[in-house]
Amino acid sequence: MAYRSSVDIHTEWDIVAARQLGRNEAKKVGFGTVDQARITTAISELARNIYLYAGAGKIEIERLNEDGLFGIAIIASDEGPGIPDVRKVMEDGYSTSGGLGAGMPGVKRLMDDFRVDTERGKGTKITAVKWLR
Amino acid sequence: MYRKVPQFVETHLEEIIDSWKARMKDEHGEKFFHIMPEEVIERTSRDFAELVVSSLTEDSAKYDEKLHNFSERIVRLGWSITLVMKAIENFSDTLYDLLRKAGILDDGNVAEYFDILNNWIKPLRQEVVEMYSRTWERTVNLQKIALQELSASLIPVFDKISVMPLVGTIDTERAKLIMENLLEGVVRHRAEVVLLDITGVPVVDTMVAHHIIQAADAVRLVGARCMLVGIRPEIAQTIVALGISLEDFTTTSTLQRGMQEALALTNRKIVEVDEQ
Repeated sequence: MAYRSSVDIHTEWDIVAARQLGRNEAKKVGFGTVDQARITTAISELARNIYLYAGAGKIEIERLNEDGLFGIAIIASDEGPGIPDVRKVMEDGYSTSGGLGAGMPGVKRLMDDFRVDTERGKGTKITAVKWLR
Repeated sequence: MYRKVPQFVETHLEEIIDSWKARMKDEHGEKFFHIMPEEVIERTSRDFAELVVSSLTEDSAKYDEKLHNFSERIVRLGWSITLVMKAIENFSDTLYDLLRKAGILDDGNVAEYFDILNNWIKPLRQEVVEMYSRTWERTVNLQKIALQELSASLIPVFDKISVMPLVGTIDTERAKLIMENLLEGVVRHRAEVVLLDITGVPVVDTMVAHHIIQAADAVRLVGARCMLVGIRPEIAQTIVALGISLEDFTTTSTLQRGMQEALALTNRKIVEVDEQ
């Protein structure tokens, strides 16, 4: 069983807590400063999306070890309204909150694997993985 | 009954404290006694026992004051509230067992005993919880103020050139403050170039970038230029990956290089004095 820890997101400051957790875990796995920055930024985006669109949810961080390959997984889950059009959200510059619209496509580029599971009215679960090279 | 209980506590203090300690050890293991120095436990449990006696013998004003002092001291020791609550509970359980063993309590007067117990346990718990929450509220408020003091002041460095060093996490509230201070400062110092230094910002995500871009736009509207300096290599890479365009900005890696550019923009430069 992989090591997993989590932070509940309710306020803007919980985003900072999630980021801190992610940075510490990334350090433990052995990521360098550039990848640490990538991972914490990705967590920041996902946590902020939870805070903005779902109101509450959680960020889980899992250290991975698959066949000697080390990595870290960010699992962002909420029981919010879900994403109506995933394809649109993954386009650069699309935003419903007046932001830059770079968050979701940005996270995909920051990380190695990226998966969105969403159902309208049920919630969203986003899994993003970074492997140690 | 009302006299017997405090009397018992007073005369059997050592026994009560010893068996209370044993009970705490059973439940929390040696860990409990590791985090706390022996003499602190010793003194605190003695004070606690005296408090119990005083609650049953002294008038309520005096007791309230003692209770207040006691809970204040406990909070200052920094123990977790769960542990303190458990300690209180264990203490009353211990007392109950010992009273029963001593024959002071029997099935006939148990109800009366619980009445007495309620009268001191309840206010005690309430006071401790209240003291904890008051202390926490105070800490949080103080930290908020400290954080605001740390936020964003615009520093005039040269004629027409000002610097705003940003340190720490930027949330919505701080972003607003940064914007206000920036615009106000630009007008007040008649700055033509403003350097926003993000060396101390740990994470630049799309929201932070968005706020910076908005601030720069606003600065442009009041007739000055905004430069983004102190972009660390890893931040540069995440900004590129996020696909954030900062093309409207002059950006540099360090404040020093930014300052050189700012001087060039205002037709000046730093020269070495020729010594003769």
